[in-house]
Amino acid sequence: MNPSNYILLSAVLFSIGAIGVLVRRNAIIVFMSVELMLNAANLSFVTFARMNGNLDGQVVAFFVMVVAAAEVVIGLAIIVTIFRTRRSASIDEPSLLKY
Amino acid sequence: MTELMPAEGVFSLIWLLIALPLAGAIVLLFGGRRTNSWGPYLGVLTVSASAVLGVLMLLGLLDRPAEERTVEQTLFTWVFVGDFQADMAFQLDQLSMVFVLLITIVGALIHVYSLGYMAHDPDRRKFFGYLNLFVAAMLLLVLANNYLLVYVGWEGVGLASFLLIGFWQAKPSAAAAAKKAFIINRVGDVGLSLAIMLMFVTFGSVSFDDVFRSTSEASEGTLTAIGLLLLLAAAGKSAQFPLQAWLLDAMEGPTPVSALIHAATMVTAGVYLIVRSNAIYNAAVWAATAVVIVGLITIFMGAIIGSAKDDIKKSLAGSTMSQIGYMIFAAGLGPIGYVFAIFHLLTHGVFKAGLFLGAGSVMHGMNDNVNMRRYGALKGLMVITFITFMAGYLAIIGIPPFSGFWSKDEIIHAAFERNAFIGIATILAAGITGFYMTRMIAMTFFGKPRWEEGVHPHESPAVMTIPLIILALGSTFMGMALLFWGNIESWLEPVTGFASEPTPLPTMFYIGVTLVVVIIGAVIGWITYGVKPVPIDPPHGSWLTRAARKDLYGDAVNDVLVVQPSLATARYLSWFDDKGIDGFVNGIARWVGLLANTLRRTQSGLVRSYALSMVGGVFVVVLALLLVRMN
Repeated sequence: MNPSNYILLSAVLFSIGAIGVLVRRNAIIVFMSVELMLNAANLSFVTFARMNGNLDGQVVAFFVMVVAAAEVVIGLAIIVTIFRTRRSASIDEPSLLKY
Repeated sequence: MTELMPAEGVFSLIWLLIALPLAGAIVLLFGGRRTNSWGPYLGVLTVSASAVLGVLMLLGLLDRPAEERTVEQTLFTWVFVGDFQADMAFQLDQLSMVFVLLITIVGALIHVYSLGYMAHDPDRRKFFGYLNLFVAAMLLLVLANNYLLVYVGWEGVGLASFLLIGFWQAKPSAAAAAKKAFIINRVGDVGLSLAIMLMFVTFGSVSFDDVFRSTSEASEGTLTAIGLLLLLAAAGKSAQFPLQAWLLDAMEGPTPVSALIHAATMVTAGVYLIVRSNAIYNAAVWAATAVVIVGLITIFMGAIIGSAKDDIKKSLAGSTMSQIGYMIFAAGLGPIGYVFAIFHLLTHGVFKAGLFLGAGSVMHGMNDNVNMRRYGALKGLMVITFITFMAGYLAIIGIPPFSGFWSKDEIIHAAFERNAFIGIATILAAGITGFYMTRMIAMTFFGKPRWEEGVHPHESPAVMTIPLIILALGSTFMGMALLFWGNIESWLEPVTGFASEPTPLPTMFYIGVTLVVVIIGAVIGWITYGVKPVPIDPPHGSWLTRAARKDLYGDAVNDVLVVQPSLATARYLSWFDDKGIDGFVNGIARWVGLLANTLRRTQSGLVRSYALSMVGGVFVVVLALLLVRMN
């Protein structure tokens, strides 16, 4: 097994996630793209942990998952609240905090 | 130089001379409305107590031999920095003594007079507080044993003068006159402070004793500089040319103030300063010559202004300038003149105070009108004022045996001892004195009534006429008393020195010529204003009259030389502050504002654009890292 394949996959997943965040308007999709980026990072951690033969990367991956889970709870709650008030999940519309 | 004697017996109370009126001033000025009812009487009491104390000290000094009459009392070390030391210490000698008596006795009489004159003024408590403050400061000035303490008194009387000229500050002219007096006096004060600094640098001390003992160690140039700076100070305080412009406006103050401060005492402080510093002027011939010239110019300026003014107080103020000119002139003559400068100062202090209080009494009966063209024929209605005014009149023009005759005659004689030209000039000025004083009494007391409608002239109450009577007695007898019984020359000689030089002609000749000139001046004045009717509207007059009505253009000269340049500078500086400094600061602020306005557009509120900038940032950081790694 060639580790560079895993790294490549991780890079591709991260890029898809980043582009998703930049181009999509629906808050749920943007949120999913963020999760994709987090998991791409997790994949790199795990890959490097395997390659170097220590557990640090694995542990960090678990931490990332825990943080991601907590973030999902708060993020979804915010999105639902915004949807309730504005009847829309677009992230471009609530742009009131500006100059 | 006489020995300094420690203060024992009655002299241990020297400090009390000053403390009494000072305490009066503090109680009256800080006591508030509670002291309204009894405050004025307290003011009279403190000054009278000082006067009694002064007389006791005079008796104490008379008990001692002449060389033991300089008493020194040190209260505490006031300033002590490095080599510099100034004590809170008083020196009572023959010179201070006569000043203490003049200030306290004339001061007490004027306080009593003010009880009547200011009876209906709502602020009379404040008035008496200021008067007490003045007396305390003036006593400090003449009792101090070092120049720094003199300076404190000097500023104190300046402050009191400012407060009292502007006593009716609701009147814009009074407020302006007070400011004018204060500012012109500051110019003179600069002279005094520079002189004190120069003395410290040269002699290492500012006490009279140290400075006068070591005048021989200093170069003549330094002494001349000190002398000229002291002359500047004296010119400011004593309204001498070229700082004379404030005195005429100072007549805006209440008449007792004009009598006490602007005739009898404060304006003579310059004479005191010069006579006190006689050791310096004796060693600096040019400075003494400058004193003579300033005095001589002022004698004539004052006399000419006094001859043209229709305002009785301003006419008297011109006369004060002229008479103080005589004193300064005599002080500049050196040891032949010091004694007579002080002699004339004392007699003038009494008769001019009497004349001013008499003028105040006339104004009191004429609804505070000061225009002599609206007086006339008052001699029958104000008998006491008229008689006392006549005593002052005969004293000032120098008719024997009234007091002014003895003192002015001695000055004229001393002038002839030095130089016939200046002697003739002083005789001429005496003739002008005869003219303007005759003009004043002719317009006021004689002729036909020219009163305004509704004016009912009446004699003033006894509280005002009794001081007038006492001062009139002083105007009549004081000259003889001081000269023959008090022996003023030998009394002052230990402090001021005294010398007499022979004159080419016998003394009686000069006395005769002076009297003839004075009588000619008086007769011209009588013919012009006593025999011919006085028009109510002032005639056009000659160019000299018109110039004198405008104070010989003193204000115009000050305006061109000082006021307009200062205003122009101030305007330029204000413009520079507005446009230059503020422009620079405001310019920076405007540029920051413009930049911020542009940059805040980036805060769009769109989450995705923020994300894009984050991604861009990450790219930049990663690229930078890669570049660093490659090198």
